Amino acid sequence: MGEEGRVKEILDAFPFIADNASLLLHKAGTQLWIASIAMVVTLAIAVPLGVWLGHVHRGSFVAINLSNVGRALPSLAIIAMLIAPLGLGTSTLILALVVLAVPPILTNAYTAVEGVDRDVVDAARGMGMHERHVLLRAELPLAVPLLFAAIRTASVYVVATVPLGALVGTQGGLGDIIVDQASYHLSGVLGAAICVAVLALLVDLVFAGLQRLVTPRGLRARIDYAALQTEASA
Amino acid sequence: MILAQSEPVIPDFGGGSSCERDNGAFCWSWVKDNWSDVLWPALREHVVLTLIAIVIGFALAFTLALLAHRRGWVERPVTLATGILYTIPSLALFQLLVPFTKLTTLTAEIALVSYTLLIIFRNTLTGLRDVPEEVRESAQGMGLSRNQLLRQVELPLALPSIVAGLRIATVTVISLATVAAFVVDKGLGVPIFDAIQRGVFKTELYAAGVLAVALALGADAALVLAQRAATPWARRDA
Repeated sequence: MGEEGRVKEILDAFPFIADNASLLLHKAGTQLWIASIAMVVTLAIAVPLGVWLGHVHRGSFVAINLSNVGRALPSLAIIAMLIAPLGLGTSTLILALVVLAVPPILTNAYTAVEGVDRDVVDAARGMGMHERHVLLRAELPLAVPLLFAAIRTASVYVVATVPLGALVGTQGGLGDIIVDQASYHLSGVLGAAICVAVLALLVDLVFAGLQRLVTPRGLRARIDYAALQTEASA
Repeated sequence: MILAQSEPVIPDFGGGSSCERDNGAFCWSWVKDNWSDVLWPALREHVVLTLIAIVIGFALAFTLALLAHRRGWVERPVTLATGILYTIPSLALFQLLVPFTKLTTLTAEIALVSYTLLIIFRNTLTGLRDVPEEVRESAQGMGLSRNQLLRQVELPLALPSIVAGLRIATVTVISLATVAAFVVDKGLGVPIFDAIQRGVFKTELYAAGVLAVALALGADAALVLAQRAATPWARRDA
């Protein structure tokens, strides 16, 4: 392919997106669906466990080191090692995503609840709140911003990792198109790559908005969202 | 690299031991036979890919952070630009670079470097900014120039935050370097893709996966130890 032909193929990525909107939407939908299932399972495991450990101020060693180890796990290697025993099904990919997403959420849930000002918790107890209410009405609302920052980071990560499934032959959402140049040509591959990038940025934006909504009103003014994200991913 | 896997895959587990022919759970014989030709070169390439990306990424991000430390307006545009790069999924970024830099190591490195920038920049800048004002003032009171202040006071105090950033950047690059095998025949992604193409050859998947995980955990631990050695004054807190 000559230089001109290549430039044309690159520019054709945009018409490809316009002409194949329904295919791309369908693949994006699959990608979001897989990511959502993985996130729901992750949250169901990690949030209650992390919140409880933080509430009783126990297990700090495990909670903190888990995220250091979890962060280091290479995504494609985890997917590969789960494919070996479990095969190429979508559930293998979902399980890999859960393995990758649980550690940061668990650690942040723990840190968020554990880090709530002790004076606030004492005041809540002093007001005669039940232990359950101390957790639900004092600790959890104060922990929400940090917890949600972690959920946002993990969600973007999970959505961005689904396409790797296509590399190893499971489902991959838009990744299915990216790895299939023979069927979709360079223009299709690039078009899908652009869509994947946009999808990840959109998910991040949506969660940034949600983060604002779920933050208790009294806390909003005091929270520096940029700093929160740093903590969450650090 | 797997482009178009349209034809049915005919399993080909090599002509080695019966364990290999049956695609057993884990065949040591395969690892022994293929260590020097497959696994070791892949591991070595993986380390080189990672080192290059980290050195270049650190040089860029560290310089930008020093600049932003001096001139505050630099922070916003750099955070925005590196933040967008960081959010683009790896597979998409590799593929978007291919038309420009072809299927080369350069393509892989550009993408890998771009994932280090946000983390190292943010952590370096935060570390520099978190130096207590009193410390800065007393250093200035002792007559330190701006450059001396930076080199002798601010950077040493920012070191833990900088190393924390380096740790995240390093494990991120090690993770994404496996994906780099999509565009260039290097690194631990190569045996992973090879195993898939041969019809999910388990031993090779486990071997390459374990090596990647071990490399990431090892690099992370090495950086922790390096930081301890470099900041003897912080040891009591640690």
